[in-house]
Amino acid sequence: MEFLRPTTLADALAAKAEYPSAVPIAGGTDVMVELNFDKRRPDALLDLGNVAELSTWDVEGAVLRLGASVPYARIITELSDRLPGLAMAARTVGSPQIRNRGTVGGNLGSASPAGDAHPSLLAVDAVVEVASATGSRRVPITEFFLGPKKSALAPDELVVAVRVPVATGPQQFAKVGTRNAMVIAVCSFGLAVHPGTTAVGTGIGSAGPTPLRAPEAEAFAAQELPWGTRGLLSDAVARRFGELVAAAARPIDDVRGTAAYRRHALAVLAKRTLGWAWDEHRRSR
Amino acid sequence: MRVRIEVNGEQHVADDVWEGESLLYVLRERLGLPGSKNACEQGECGSCTVYLDDVAVCACLVAAGQAHDRRVRTVEGLADGDRLDPVQEAYLVSGAVQCGFCTPGLIVATHDLLRRNPHPSDPEIREALAGNLCRCTGYEKILDAVRLAASRSDGG
Repeated sequence: MEFLRPTTLADALAAKAEYPSAVPIAGGTDVMVELNFDKRRPDALLDLGNVAELSTWDVEGAVLRLGASVPYARIITELSDRLPGLAMAARTVGSPQIRNRGTVGGNLGSASPAGDAHPSLLAVDAVVEVASATGSRRVPITEFFLGPKKSALAPDELVVAVRVPVATGPQQFAKVGTRNAMVIAVCSFGLAVHPGTTAVGTGIGSAGPTPLRAPEAEAFAAQELPWGTRGLLSDAVARRFGELVAAAARPIDDVRGTAAYRRHALAVLAKRTLGWAWDEHRRSR
Repeated sequence: MRVRIEVNGEQHVADDVWEGESLLYVLRERLGLPGSKNACEQGECGSCTVYLDDVAVCACLVAAGQAHDRRVRTVEGLADGDRLDPVQEAYLVSGAVQCGFCTPGLIVATHDLLRRNPHPSDPEIREALAGNLCRCTGYEKILDAVRLAASRSDGG
């Protein structure tokens, strides 16, 4: 096995071009588990820990460009105001030790349907910036996930950054698991409310072959929320929103839960988070 | 490959390190520092918690090569000679050590918590230690130890 240790992004991309089978490693929270349990024996590990360009973030107008190796702990401490949904999701990742190492770039690279960052990225239409030695391209998050642990990333490409629109209104994230820490989601839900454009974004985690959006629920909420009056969210609207989110899921029965439970729980999470977000919107100003 | 790491203030070199090896393996099996414990090997239990450049991490999830030319502080590096760190002392005094296997990781995690937040609330303690499992289920005494260590840091 090779251990590749680039110190610049250009060197990292050159290394990936030379060793397309090299497994990128940043926080190691997925890759090292596979190595420790002998589930994977890559020809090479590509350590991204010394590539400074990947561990910074910048604001570019209405978009925050989040470097692929910024750990969750920094998203929580530095970005809770600009990316509240993603920061909430980050707080549910693993444990302090895991949040100190794990990264959104790694979450995207692994492309697990249960990845904690994905619902919040879907809810705000984030764009994944990927690059190879021959150039870079932007992949809308809705086109990034192709199947369980399969993404649009080509063998010679690396996730470089994710471009996340800065919040324009309340955002929420909720996750179901057996405890408050160290759980892979049974199901999860991300929500973004955009009062300026009277739109609502959604993201469903761990209830389908990929993370999913719930377009019908989004259209319904955009239509039915009392944007003009900022009135109370009616129970009927909240419940229907939950039903439409549950209907958009494509869950299976597995060790963490049944498909029926996941649909039920998603309806509850969607109803609750819409209520929390709408209350926050009503209190603001 | 050769890996060079500063551990507890001393430079160490390990040769013939396998590229897929963890920092935990290097610490325990190559550098003779068995304080960090090897249990789950998947970041669940926290018993291998160490500082990597002052950040608390699971050593089992750090590739050895990722620690090259970096600073590591293990539980062995907390005491000042024979004088235990106040966190270690608090665990002893509170009876927070049963079988002792989870203790080194919990002590490093507690040390890290109190460095960042000298007076944590109970929910903050629980959140900070959520990545450390004690299978003797001695959590109440562990919480006592953290509270004691925090109260003692009051007096400087």
